[in-house]
Amino acid sequence: MSMKATIRQVDSVTVVDVSGRITLGEGCMQLRELIRDQLSKGNKKILLNLADVTYIDSSGIGELVSGFTGVAKQGGSLKLLNLTKKVHDLLQITKLYTVFDIHDDEARAIGSFEKASTA
Amino acid sequence: MNPESNVVEVTLESDLKNVEVAEEISLRVASTAGFGEEDQHRIEMAVHESMINAIWHGNKNDHSKSVWLRFQIHRDRLEIRIRDQGKGFDLKHIPDPLADENLLNVSGRGIFLIRSFMDEFRVEQIAGAGTEVTMVKLRDPGIQTKQGGTDREHESHNTTG
Repeated sequence: MSMKATIRQVDSVTVVDVSGRITLGEGCMQLRELIRDQLSKGNKKILLNLADVTYIDSSGIGELVSGFTGVAKQGGSLKLLNLTKKVHDLLQITKLYTVFDIHDDEARAIGSFEKASTA
Repeated sequence: MNPESNVVEVTLESDLKNVEVAEEISLRVASTAGFGEEDQHRIEMAVHESMINAIWHGNKNDHSKSVWLRFQIHRDRLEIRIRDQGKGFDLKHIPDPLADENLLNVSGRGIFLIRSFMDEFRVEQIAGAGTEVTMVKLRDPGIQTKQGGTDREHESHNTTG
């Protein structure tokens, strides 16, 4: 199953529900284009909901990092929501767990963007 | 069936679509070898990353080339060998992805993940044949090999050409 994504706007935050595989090739390319597209629309608060991601490889992790740094360079922030155990473990062993802002509650995750922008 | 000499051998066209084929085989073999779900996933990921390296970096995504895989269940370990037709790479030149200066690099985590998930990992140049990686996952000596899947002593496939 390749990657699929649906986009919803919750207040000022763009929530992307990602499912399937984020792997080298199509999955990574789709995610890259999606983030680029949101940035071009001026959406700089992006929350990636990874609850239904079945597989992520080293290239997929790289794509998350690329998205994180790309959004930050535009003055925005990209956060992660609902990691599966597999994704959680991968981010831990690659020491990226502390780099990303990771949430398991959508409302709180959305609230954290507001706090950051009013701080 | 001799559980100490279970072998699955397959040659796949060097195409990214075959990464999932290799994953499927690795999951079946790992299950047959009695590994639990978590270790099965780790073995699958190690095979996935090795296949990506073989197809993308080794064979330069040239579909006319192939990737050879061999899974062998030994009494004490699962040994996986993956060979491409590329010029190989030197493990010494792969930067540490956990170093502060590399933490936000987009690439360079594949070999690290393989090493994290497997008990042994080595790379060898095969004269005139390409580059071969060998990965080993140790088995719990108490685990019995399941019947089925690799219940033939030597199962061989060829999907190239």
